Amino acid sequence: MQSLTHLGAERKTIQKSRPRASTRLGMALGAFSLGLGFAELLTPEGVAALIGVPNTRRTRLVVRALGVRELLAGVGLLARPRSAGWLWGRVVGDAMDLVLLGGGFTKRRTRVGRLLAATAAVAGVTAVDAMSAARRSRNPTLNRVGMPIHVLRTITINREPREVYDFWSDLGNLPQFMAHLESVEVSGGTSKWRAQGPAGLAVTWDAEIILDRPGECLAWRSVEGTTTVPNRGVVRFSKAPGGRGTEVQVELKYEPPAGAVGATFAKLFGEEPGQQIASDLRRLKQVLETGEVLHSDASIHRGLHPARPARSKDSVQLKGAAE
Amino acid sequence: MKANCWMGKKKVSVENVPDPKILNSHDAIIRVTSTAICGSDLHLYNGFVPTMESGDVLGHEFMGEVVEVGSGVKKLRVGDRVVVPFPIACGKCYACQQGTTSLCENSNPNAWMAEKMWGHSPCGIYGYSHLLGGFAGGQAEYARVPFADVGPIKVPAHLSDEQVLFLSDIFPTGYMGAEMCDIQPGQVIAVWGAGPVGQFAIASAKLLGAERVIAIDRYAYRLQMALDKAGATDVINYEEEDVHEALQELTGGRGPDACIDAVGLESHAHGPVYALDRAKQALMIEPDRPLALRQAIRECRNGGIVSVSGVYGGFVDTFPMGVVVNRALTIKSGQCHAHRYLAPLLERIERGEIDPSFVITHRLPLSEAARGFELFHKKLDGCEKVVLKAA
Repeated sequence: MQSLTHLGAERKTIQKSRPRASTRLGMALGAFSLGLGFAELLTPEGVAALIGVPNTRRTRLVVRALGVRELLAGVGLLARPRSAGWLWGRVVGDAMDLVLLGGGFTKRRTRVGRLLAATAAVAGVTAVDAMSAARRSRNPTLNRVGMPIHVLRTITINREPREVYDFWSDLGNLPQFMAHLESVEVSGGTSKWRAQGPAGLAVTWDAEIILDRPGECLAWRSVEGTTTVPNRGVVRFSKAPGGRGTEVQVELKYEPPAGAVGATFAKLFGEEPGQQIASDLRRLKQVLETGEVLHSDASIHRGLHPARPARSKDSVQLKGAAE
Repeated sequence: MKANCWMGKKKVSVENVPDPKILNSHDAIIRVTSTAICGSDLHLYNGFVPTMESGDVLGHEFMGEVVEVGSGVKKLRVGDRVVVPFPIACGKCYACQQGTTSLCENSNPNAWMAEKMWGHSPCGIYGYSHLLGGFAGGQAEYARVPFADVGPIKVPAHLSDEQVLFLSDIFPTGYMGAEMCDIQPGQVIAVWGAGPVGQFAIASAKLLGAERVIAIDRYAYRLQMALDKAGATDVINYEEEDVHEALQELTGGRGPDACIDAVGLESHAHGPVYALDRAKQALMIEPDRPLALRQAIRECRNGGIVSVSGVYGGFVDTFPMGVVVNRALTIKSGQCHAHRYLAPLLERIERGEIDPSFVITHRLPLSEAARGFELFHKKLDGCEKVVLKAA
């Protein structure tokens, strides 16, 4: 828990520190992979001539295989230009290329000058790949693997800040609009939370309030040793401009069980945390503005269901809409 | 109960489904007496609207008798005869309080889907895809109506179903289309599409004081209706004459003061541009086909208003933004904020200023809904508007 940055009362603005340059570099490397891949796949003999190795059936086969590898890496990098994984993949590929090129020097019909130039070029690219991959892995803002999940979501509710605060600070109200929260029981200074994790697994924790400014903000954190999912959160209430009620901002941080693996696991089950919180906030808005969570014929079912009235024997969960 | 369900592209069928129940305390259950097929239902029918599920109950134009109310309903009583507006609106959020009920912030339980597609979510709509809420529609014997104190309007017994049914959608939608034109005395309004919404846009433009209203379509029977019933002063059949030349002629070369697109995403035209848009739509490169809209923008006078009532779902290509900017056009649009028009339009009906039933060409029992869709879609037998009698 100590590693989590402090969640303060001040309203967060999303920082625009997107690593633009490094994204561009990732995309450029991806595009380079694609270009090279196509060349290797379509004209292996041309590539062989360019790098000065003899144009044999075996060379063409190897070059084509390398082409397939480059295409894969290219697509991967273009899809996720900030992924350290794909960059390291390129580094491994570069190493493979260097070994193969080195082998070329022993062949009789090799044109040494061209092969030397090619080797130098690959070595250069390897350096760029390795540097960007290393930087990506080192810089945690560029590489989210291993980081706790951090969610920031905001909604405007047509009610006064004090009213929204009062509703939220009565923690027993939370399961009304938080679809995955089964219960919150307050006893003394702490509260016992029970939620449904990914794939229906129950998750529990004890929480303590660490900051409470009526009408402004409320922060809590899980008590160490009470849970497999350490978490902390803050909700901030501020007056919306133009008499539009209250801007409610929720910030949550948690470490899913089994860290990054758990986060991936959760996503596989369709539980995108940002989406979950956004939908929870919509339901909070419904409760505070209209008195209850709105249901539709489809939303009362988990998963896809036609928009038609339910049979009475259908298991229907009325609490929250399906995500 | 029996309900007309979307079963896939170009396939609807009346199925036996469970009766609706109260799910929220502000719900009412309506025994549907009359319901109608909307032009926008054809977009669902033709598979242009994503997030439909096989088995969805269709229909957002319906009226009937209240048979059950939830514990939170204060104004409606069992036995009331009501027309239900198609947007579902809570009446409490900022958008509702501004009178923009089709932008209700609380009525779409699947708001996240709409946000993915459109950035923000509009209101929920009965029987109109999961992205707009996954609500069962009103082409059924019974329908559940959320926020029953906010939407449904009670209608007096001396008015027939057919006179008031279209308050649910096409009358207010056409009216808002005309209202957005900000009509001044002496103005000329052109309306693309003489379908049901077009007819009401024409009639409303007249009610709002337009000097001339020009209807543009390709079906002679629809243009005839526009002339005889809706009050169009002129009609242009685009299969027979050049729209540009005809409009120039009719407006002294100025172009219409305002143009209403009452066509939407499945517009027709002739020539290579139509073929190209059709092809792009088929290849799913361009979901919406904006031929009428492009023409409306092009023909509108300098500084005029283009009012878009037709439904668009996604993206259009070759949008003439240069025309909009350089000729200082204003584009206004929106799903109809039907709630705010219910009382004033009901008054106009009561005063005899308009009898909306003029658009009805076909009356079928609910059980023949599939035939109704086919007649309407293929424009067979002079079809303009199909009303389904559920009881």
